[in-house]
Amino acid sequence: MKVALFIPCYVDQFYPNVAIATLELLEKYGCEVSYPKNQTCCGQPMANSGFEHLTGGCDRNFVNNFKGYDYIVAPSGSCVLHIREHLHDEDDPEEAKKIRETTYELISFLTDILKVKELNASFPHKVGMHQSCHGLRGLKLAQMSELNAPDFSKPAQLLNMVKDIEIIHLGRVDECCGFGGTFCVAEEAVSVKMGQDRVADHIQHEAEYITGVDMSCLMHMEGILKRQKSNVKIIHLAEILNGGTK
Amino acid sequence: MKVADHAERSRIFNKDVDRVDWHDETLWFVRGKRDKTIHQIPEWEELRNTASQIKAHTLSNLHYYLQEFEKNATANGVTVHWAKDGAAHNQIVLEILKKNKINQMVKSKSMLTEECHLNHFLEENEVEVIDSDLGERILQLAKDTPSHIVLPCIHMKKEEIGELFHEHLGTPAGNADPQFLTAAARESLRNTFLNFKAALTGVNFAIAETGEIVVATNEGNADMGVHLADVHIASMGIEKLIPQRKHLGVFLRILTRSATGQPITTYSSHFKKPGAGKEMHIILVDNGRTRQLGRADFRNSLKCIRCGACMNTCPVYRRSGGHSYHNVIAGPIGSILAPNLDMKEHADLPFASTLCGSCSNVCPVKIDIHDQLYKWRQVIVKEGYVDPAKKVAMEVMAKALASPTLYRLAGKAARTTLKYAPFVVNNKFNAWYLHREMPEVPKSSFGEWYQKNRKNND
Repeated sequence: MKVALFIPCYVDQFYPNVAIATLELLEKYGCEVSYPKNQTCCGQPMANSGFEHLTGGCDRNFVNNFKGYDYIVAPSGSCVLHIREHLHDEDDPEEAKKIRETTYELISFLTDILKVKELNASFPHKVGMHQSCHGLRGLKLAQMSELNAPDFSKPAQLLNMVKDIEIIHLGRVDECCGFGGTFCVAEEAVSVKMGQDRVADHIQHEAEYITGVDMSCLMHMEGILKRQKSNVKIIHLAEILNGGTK
Repeated sequence: MKVADHAERSRIFNKDVDRVDWHDETLWFVRGKRDKTIHQIPEWEELRNTASQIKAHTLSNLHYYLQEFEKNATANGVTVHWAKDGAAHNQIVLEILKKNKINQMVKSKSMLTEECHLNHFLEENEVEVIDSDLGERILQLAKDTPSHIVLPCIHMKKEEIGELFHEHLGTPAGNADPQFLTAAARESLRNTFLNFKAALTGVNFAIAETGEIVVATNEGNADMGVHLADVHIASMGIEKLIPQRKHLGVFLRILTRSATGQPITTYSSHFKKPGAGKEMHIILVDNGRTRQLGRADFRNSLKCIRCGACMNTCPVYRRSGGHSYHNVIAGPIGSILAPNLDMKEHADLPFASTLCGSCSNVCPVKIDIHDQLYKWRQVIVKEGYVDPAKKVAMEVMAKALASPTLYRLAGKAARTTLKYAPFVVNNKFNAWYLHREMPEVPKSSFGEWYQKNRKNND
């Protein structure tokens, strides 16, 4: 199975370990993984700011880099959702369509395509699971608290295979952290307050780590935790599933 | 004068952390009550689907149902009026009052008359208006405006209301007991109900098949006002229609459960014809609704039944307060309705969201609120209602992200300064850093690591 690794721009630049963990995980499960080196960004920062009409160049670059693979996998719910909903290429609409349909967020790729049944990972810590909105409500990685519908959670399904881990309960199971792309600076006051409240919920329930599928949310919460000089750390799910802390 | 935008108003609101926490927790409590009650209805999601489809059908055939409604209401002895906008609506109300030589009117729950600024207009024309909903009455005394469509004075604490009542209604200073204050308001309103000759109500649902209107209240004030007055005026947006009486049950089941977690309001009052010797008027108001109906991407916003669930669940609304939206209807639904009324004035509102999507999930008529917020952003930028500096920054970013070479250069710079990272672009000052630390800077990007460690791949 030929898999292309799609690494969101801020993960590439600031959290290379998350990308490495993703790569290693996919390799462990027998995927033939490549990293198309001329990839840049999915275009979401522009689109969510109202400049979707400027994303044509980004889209074309994305299609050029990611055509010809069986699957495209990224350690991010948000970027994947953007590709799935908004990737277009006038020059090659067929390829763009194929890419939209074969781009996966890492967790659902592990549960739905690779159908992972066991993991060789141990993480002896209390961990709070942050449900990133785009992964949750966009990609339906878990049941959403607003609906009257059966419970399920793909991240929890995998975390339950990790040895010695303790998943804590939260007061608000899927409230937004307030990152929101450019919202985090354009609406700084509300963004920060949302982040502080989200982090407080994890701390109150004695989390040692906050994990999630989107590094952007975690980066925002990490910024707040560090400013508060908290000992609570953030860690991407890929890092836990790949064996835990190095 | 430029109105302060949502971000600026929110910044001020957030200076009082205790109040923000209180506001957030109060509304989250209401969301919790909603969750609890909807889990007692196994067919909840089916009800939402049904309601959404009934509304979609009605909106697609609005011309037909409006005429059917007019015909049936007229046959019932009701006078039906058509108002193009808020000004026309207000003029119709004034004329009805003048014709009947009435200069005092009692009003119950109507966001539409807020939208039309009716109170102000009538006061200028020497008509006294008394709001009879407790929340609206409090705001009227405080010369304030609603911050929420169902819980209009949710931004006020009971101590503040105690003080207000002490000043205006003569209640003892320092008494903030809700039950006592409610009794005081009830007593002062009693005279109004007995003496005022005209009553205006809003409309929750209008049934085309029968020409009747339905008003949902908890306080019974709509009934009290209407039954004691000689003239009943009901003001409704044209989107309030439902085709048949049998559809009403679907909406009454979802409305209050979504709003407050109650199974139903205390009163669901049906008004069909005037009492003997009395008059009943219904004003059908457009005020931009047909324009919204013509916008394919935003048409669904007219399905709204004004339950306020999207406000209670919105993490931004809870932490910024209703007044930060500088619009009669606040929160997520307000942010998709307001740009239709005045795009320039409300250009900031679709951006006052993280697009988390919780609003769309609680919406009982399944309006795709967060998708519409995204779509409004595109429209607002294209129409030019955007900061020119932001536009330039976005153009630069689009260029850099379309070119792998430029991206790698920018990425290197970003890792040392964060300045050009997408999430902080377009900011003169680094707002990230006010209350957050920067990520630790790694030695190399993943791309660079990969070149060194996976040389066999390309």
